[in-house]
Amino acid sequence: MQVIKNKQLIDNHWTYLADDAPIVTGNICVSLARWQSEKNQLITHEGNLGVRIAPADDVNQLVEDLPKLALIELAVSDFADGRSFSQAYMLRNRHAYQGEIRAVGNYLADQAFYFSRVGVNAFESEHLAQTQNTLNDFTVFYQ
Amino acid sequence: MYQYNHNDQILIEERVAQFRRQTEQFLNGEISEDGFRALRLRNGVYIQTHAPMLRVAIPYGLLNAKQLHTLAHIARTYDKNYCHVTTRQNVQYNWPKLEQIPDILAELAQVQMHAIQTSGNCMRNTTSDHLAGVCADEIEDPRPYCEIIRKWTTLHPEFDYLPRKFKIAVSGSTTDRAATQFHDIGLHLVKNDAGEIGFKVFVGGGLGRTPIIGQVIRPFLEKKHILSYLEAVLRIYNLLGRRDNKYKARIKILVKETGLEKFTQLVETEWALIRDNLEVSDDYFAAMKAHFTPFEYDSSAAQDATFAAHTQENSAFATWVKYNTQAHKVDGYRIVFLSIKAPDSPPGDLTSEQLDVIADLSVKYSFGEIRSTHRQNFVFADVKQVDLFALWQALAAQKLATPNIGMATDIICCPGLDFCSLANAGSIDITKDINNVLDNLDYLHDIGDVNINISGCMNGCAHQSVGHIGILGVDKKGVEWYQFTLGGSSSNEAAIGERLGPSIPKSDVAQAVETILNVYVQIRLDEESFLETVKRVGIDPFKEKVYASH
Repeated sequence: MQVIKNKQLIDNHWTYLADDAPIVTGNICVSLARWQSEKNQLITHEGNLGVRIAPADDVNQLVEDLPKLALIELAVSDFADGRSFSQAYMLRNRHAYQGEIRAVGNYLADQAFYFSRVGVNAFESEHLAQTQNTLNDFTVFYQ
Repeated sequence: MYQYNHNDQILIEERVAQFRRQTEQFLNGEISEDGFRALRLRNGVYIQTHAPMLRVAIPYGLLNAKQLHTLAHIARTYDKNYCHVTTRQNVQYNWPKLEQIPDILAELAQVQMHAIQTSGNCMRNTTSDHLAGVCADEIEDPRPYCEIIRKWTTLHPEFDYLPRKFKIAVSGSTTDRAATQFHDIGLHLVKNDAGEIGFKVFVGGGLGRTPIIGQVIRPFLEKKHILSYLEAVLRIYNLLGRRDNKYKARIKILVKETGLEKFTQLVETEWALIRDNLEVSDDYFAAMKAHFTPFEYDSSAAQDATFAAHTQENSAFATWVKYNTQAHKVDGYRIVFLSIKAPDSPPGDLTSEQLDVIADLSVKYSFGEIRSTHRQNFVFADVKQVDLFALWQALAAQKLATPNIGMATDIICCPGLDFCSLANAGSIDITKDINNVLDNLDYLHDIGDVNINISGCMNGCAHQSVGHIGILGVDKKGVEWYQFTLGGSSSNEAAIGERLGPSIPKSDVAQAVETILNVYVQIRLDEESFLETVKRVGIDPFKEKVYASH
C-alpha cells in the first residue's frame, strides 16, 4: 500500500494494530486507549511507535509522550467532523510535534489541502491521486 | 470600499477552479453525493425544491455599480431574470443550473465577488451596519474590521467543518442596526476610559429554532487582539460544540449548557496561549482603513434651495423623503433607502432591469456604491439633497420608492414554500395578503414603525422571533398554519417575541395582523411605538381581539 507523505507517494511502513491484535514486528500504531494502558510494554518494541487519535480524544493527554512517537494518525470517521483539524493544529503548533501526522479514514480528498495547512503531512486514502492533486489547490491564503 | 489586491484575486480564482473540478468530478460520479454536498454548500450552492440555489456573498453588505451590473447580467444569463436579497445582506439566485455554477462564480470573480462560505457548517459572511461610515452615532467605521474578519474567516483551514454554521456581525454605532446580539459572535466597537477603541464581545446569540440573546463574554477587547480572540472562541467551539444533534450544535447551546462563566474561562485560557502570536498590527489596521476613507463631499451641498421647494410642492415626494431617507452626518446629504418591498412584488426580489438601473443611479447620485440591509432593502448612503427629487422619480419608475421603510409592509420574508425545500408553509403569499389589507398609506404611516417578519418554517430565515410581529409557518397535516409572536426586537433592546396563542389558518393571517394593529392604534399612548405599547401592556389585549372570532 502507498501513502502520500510530504506531497510524494511513498510505500507505507506502518501497521495499525486493533486493540486486541498481537504486536507485530516493524512500525506499529495503536489507539490512544491501548497506548495509555500498554505504554510500558510498547516502548520496549523495536520498531517505531505511533498513536491513532479519534476526533473525541484529547490530544493534550499525549503531550508528554510525543518524543516517543514517530507517527500520530488522525482518524476521521465522518468528514463533517472538523475536530481533527484542531487536533492537528494543537499537535503541530502548540506542542511542536515534529513527527509524521497522518490523516486516515473517511475524510474527503478535497479536505487534504486544509489538513496540510494545519500540520498534517501524510495521507492514507483510497483516492491517492485525487488527494495528492488537491494539495496544490491554493497558492495563497489568509491565515 | 475595499479593492482586492493581487493575492485576493488569485485566491478567488483558485477557488473557482477548485469548484469547477469538484463539480465535474461529481457529475462524473467521482465524488459521492454526501461529499459533494459539503463542498457545494461551502460555495453557496443549495439544492432547493425546483433547482439549485446559489447564494452570493456581499461582504458586510457593500457593493459597487460594476458588481451590481454583474449580478444583473448573471440573473439575465443564468437565471430567470431576478435575484433575491437576503437577511444577511447577501443575494440569492433561485434557478441556476448546477453545471453552469462554476461559470457564474468565474464571472463573479471578475468583479471581486464570490459565494465562498455562504452556506454550510462554517464561518459565514460577516455582516454589519448598513449605515456604516455615514451615521451620526458612529464610534468608528466597522467596515475595516469587517474586512479583516472577512479575510481571516475565508478558507480558514481549521474552522471550515464546524459543528454548525457560525455568524459574526460587527456594529460601530451606539444603535445596533446589525442584530449583533443574535449572532454567534457579536462585536460592538466601543471606547474605553482611556479613549482607546476596542470591542465589546457578545457570544452565543442566535435565531432559528431556539432563539437566544447573546451574552457579553468580554466587555473590552483591545482591537489588536481581535483575531486571536475569535480564534480562541472558534477553537473551543470546534472541539467542544455538540455534533450529535444538529439542532443543538450551534455555539448558543454550548454556551448555555457549559454556562457563561465556565465557557468564558475556557476561551480566556485558550486565548492566553495564542494572543501574543496573532496580534493585528497598527499598519494593517491603517491599510484597511485607507480603503474606507470618506468621500469628497461637496461642502456647499446644504445651500441648495430646490430640495425644500420640492418637498413643499410635492406631497408624495415629501412623504418619501420622510419615510425612506435619513439624516447624513454631512450637512446637505441624505441617506436614501430603496424599498424592495413594493406591494405587488415578492419582498427582496430585484429584476435584472432594476439592478442595472440601481447601478447606474448609484454612479450618478451616490459615488457608485450601494449597500444591502438585513431588512432586505438597498441603501444609497451619500445622496446630495439637490439630487433627491430626480432620484425619487427614477426610483419610483422602477417601483423602488414605496414609502414604507420600517413600516408594516416593509416585511422581512423568506422564500418559503414557493422555493425552499425546508419550508412548511408559504410566506410570500402571506406578504401579499398583508399588503392588500394595509393598502392605505396614511393608515400605514399612522401606525409607524412595525417590523413584521415572516418565516415559512422554524429554521427562521426571516428572523420571525425578533419581529415586532413575528409570523411562523407551520404544517398541520399538510395544511399551512401560522403562529404569531409579538414584541420581538433585534435592536439594542434585543428581545424574543412572545407567542400570541394557537396558530392561525392561512386565510385569517392578514386579518389577524390588521386586528393587532387596530388594537395598537386604540390603546397606544401619545407617540408610543407599536413595540413600546406591546412592552407596556403585554400580549393579552391583542390576544383577546385576535382570537375573539375563533
